Amino acid sequence: MEAGQVKRLKGRPYSTDDERREVSRLLKIDSLQTYFFSAAGVVKAVDGISLDINQGETIAIVGESGCGKSVSALSILRLVADPPGRIIGGSIRFRDRDLLKLSEEEIREVRGKDIAMVFQEPMTSLNPVLTIGRQLTETMEQHLDMTHDQAVARAVELLGMVGISDPARRLRQYPHHFSGGMRQRVMIAMALCCEPKLIIADEPTTALDVTVQAQILELMKDLTQRLGVALIIITHNLGIVARYADRVNVMYAGRIIESGTAHEIYHHPHHPYTLALLRSVPRMDQPRRARLDPVEGQPPDLSRLGAGCSFHPRCGFAIARCASQSPPLERIDGGDHLAACFEADNVAKSMARSS
Amino acid sequence: MTPMEPTGAVRQSAEAAVQVSTVVPDVALEHRRQSERRVALAPELVTIRDLKMHFPVIEGALFSKEVARVKAVDGINLTIRKGETLGLVGESGCGKTTTGRCILRLEHPTGGEILFDGKNLVDLDQKSMQALRQKIQVIFQDPYSSLNPRMKIGEIISEPMKVHGTEPNKAARDARVAELLRLCGLDPKFADRYPHEMSGGQRQRVGIARALSVRPEFIICDEAISALDVSIQAQIINLLEDLREQFGLTYLFIAHDLSVVRHLCHRVAVMYLGKIVELADCDELYSNPLHPYTQALLAAVPVPDPDLERARAHRIVKGEVPSPMNPPKGCVFHPRCPLAVDCCAKIVPEFRELRPGHWVACSVI
Ligand SMILES: Nc1ncnc2c1ncn2[C@@H]1O[C@H](COP(=O)(O)OP(=O)(O)OP(=O)(O)O)[C@@H](O)[C@H]1O
Ligand SMILES: Nc1ncnc2c1ncn2[C@@H]1O[C@H](COP(=O)(O)OP(=O)(O)OP(=O)(O)O)[C@@H](O)[C@H]1O
Ligand code: SF4
Ligand code: SF4
Ligand SMILES: [Mg+2]
Ligand SMILES: [Mg+2]
Repeated sequence: MEAGQVKRLKGRPYSTDDERREVSRLLKIDSLQTYFFSAAGVVKAVDGISLDINQGETIAIVGESGCGKSVSALSILRLVADPPGRIIGGSIRFRDRDLLKLSEEEIREVRGKDIAMVFQEPMTSLNPVLTIGRQLTETMEQHLDMTHDQAVARAVELLGMVGISDPARRLRQYPHHFSGGMRQRVMIAMALCCEPKLIIADEPTTALDVTVQAQILELMKDLTQRLGVALIIITHNLGIVARYADRVNVMYAGRIIESGTAHEIYHHPHHPYTLALLRSVPRMDQPRRARLDPVEGQPPDLSRLGAGCSFHPRCGFAIARCASQSPPLERIDGGDHLAACFEADNVAKSMARSS
Repeated sequence: MTPMEPTGAVRQSAEAAVQVSTVVPDVALEHRRQSERRVALAPELVTIRDLKMHFPVIEGALFSKEVARVKAVDGINLTIRKGETLGLVGESGCGKTTTGRCILRLEHPTGGEILFDGKNLVDLDQKSMQALRQKIQVIFQDPYSSLNPRMKIGEIISEPMKVHGTEPNKAARDARVAELLRLCGLDPKFADRYPHEMSGGQRQRVGIARALSVRPEFIICDEAISALDVSIQAQIINLLEDLREQFGLTYLFIAHDLSVVRHLCHRVAVMYLGKIVELADCDELYSNPLHPYTQALLAAVPVPDPDLERARAHRIVKGEVPSPMNPPKGCVFHPRCPLAVDCCAKIVPEFRELRPGHWVACSVI
């Protein structure tokens, strides 16, 4: 396939609610907790998150750096190093199996075939002493029973799909011969090679220019629509989330603090952190500002979280009880839009006033 | 101002929003104009002339021979003035990092010269280069591979201060480490952690703190903030702007996020396949992009608004990404260019100044 020529299915921009209920549930995370036990204390990196994802669906996880997005993703595949990390609670159901109960061998099988992961920093998962070709063909030979020649042909095809020119020759090069963005695309090609049911992409396109980024995301979107592959995108790019995500989950300090459709999150945020996040980005479609507005205050220390709402030291909406009670994640107006804030209604009103 | 106050930015109609908004509020405009005027008169700090970096591609284990050359950087000219922030954007793999590495002398260029404060870095001896290293710092794209996994964060940040002797006393170094961590939005307690005990964005901020530790004059930021969440990005951008104001720092800002580049940079250079195809003042480039590749880039920027984003068609630049081992003849962009005419495949377009300060390499416009 020629790079950039990803075919899109017409008439299905993204699945509607009705369609979504019909298709089967692929992954269900329930109250997942992953902690790190270090000398300095217990770091509650993931503290009770719940998530559902259906076949063909794209969900996004956004949130402050260090709030536990990558650790959540790594927990799904049981890749958190133990020690110091340990999944101490919750369940992760993939189709009809609890991934947390699988044997080491079974989970390895799931990792190779059913769930693929694109890691945040490509150099952490590419082997510097093996050629790019070797790294791509190895998994295919192992999991798909391909001959070496078949695997090479497929590797060439995949590299072409992610927009790397001269793929046959590039296969013989090593990771350090590639630019940052090219390494990232190799990772994406690797994730696609075994035709997984679920792809977890941790910052898949941060090192890519916007045209290649669009090309790759359209390719992934096409997979979700054509083959029903589900996609979890972890990203800081709110533009990408706006374009591709069916559902957006906003995390703060190890928890999901707001969850809803992209429209709900961007136009009707109900949590002060979501609101602050949306306001901190410079936007091409708006006048340039003299100064950007970051969320005031320091990010929380996950080893020393107090009893109250974890956002309260930085929150402009805080009321007395925020310091002592932790707000539960609750439905807004009985729908699928969830937020964890005592003052959710006031936040929504303030947003409405400002737009 | 409380953090929750509306920013005053008015949401615009669907039509207007996909275009770059060129309205600049008064305060920002005045501030920027002042700083741009100052910078335009400042002396040149870095001058790059006809820089070339060609990597040999070696094949064969026993009788290895060069089978091709990657023309990563192929004859670029650039100047960066003192106090200026020059944005460098362009396709992944077009040679941005390589350009930065040449300035740092991490690569030895195939040709051309790089003047820093009048000295040619290309043929500087090791000793003089070592002295300059303190003035030129870099924040790398991939924090994982640039931080020593066996060193604690505190040691990583104080290492350059030790090497360059800027802070000979240990207590002063420790204090500075704490101060730098706080500046970059990290708890000073992180000084006792190892890189693998931190998230990707936290590691990236360690890289930033390390670069700032020796009070450099010139910083190459290679995707320095793209791994950070938008709020910390905003914090670091504000920090970079403050340092620029206070100490007259100069930046080469390599990035893919065109909205951030628009906010931060004075001038922007657009690269494609080893060459600079357009160079202009920031506002001019965004409101009046001339090169077809720049236009394609700007059109592809996603806007953080789901209703607008899904309503607009996404045009992907057609054709394959060309290979720097075998670049197209004539204009390197011609196989993918919507405006290409016959002569584009034959004639290499000249880099011309079409308007004052606005340079472009395209023979058709
Ligand atoms: N091995 C470890 N020991 C102690 N703490 C750890 C360890 N690994 C991660 N952490 C902490 O766990 C928290 C969550 O990390 P995680 O990598 O999930 O963040 P993230 O949300 O992906 O952030 P980013 O956007 O910066 O990548 C961080 O605060 C980090 O410091
Ligand atoms: N040591 C090397 N040997 C061979 N080729 C190299 C080497 N280093 C870089 N290249 C090639 O040079 C070209 C430019 O790479 P560079 O890292 O400068 O790109 P970049 O513009 O920084 O891209 P990105 O945005 O993806 O980081 C690429 O085609 C890359 O494969
Ligand atoms: S619960 Fe209170 S402190 Fe927490 S986000 Fe809501 S208003 Fe702010
Ligand atoms: S010279 Fe021709 S091919 Fe190159 S950018 Fe201009 S119109 Fe396009
Ligand atoms: Mg992460
Ligand atoms: Mg690079």
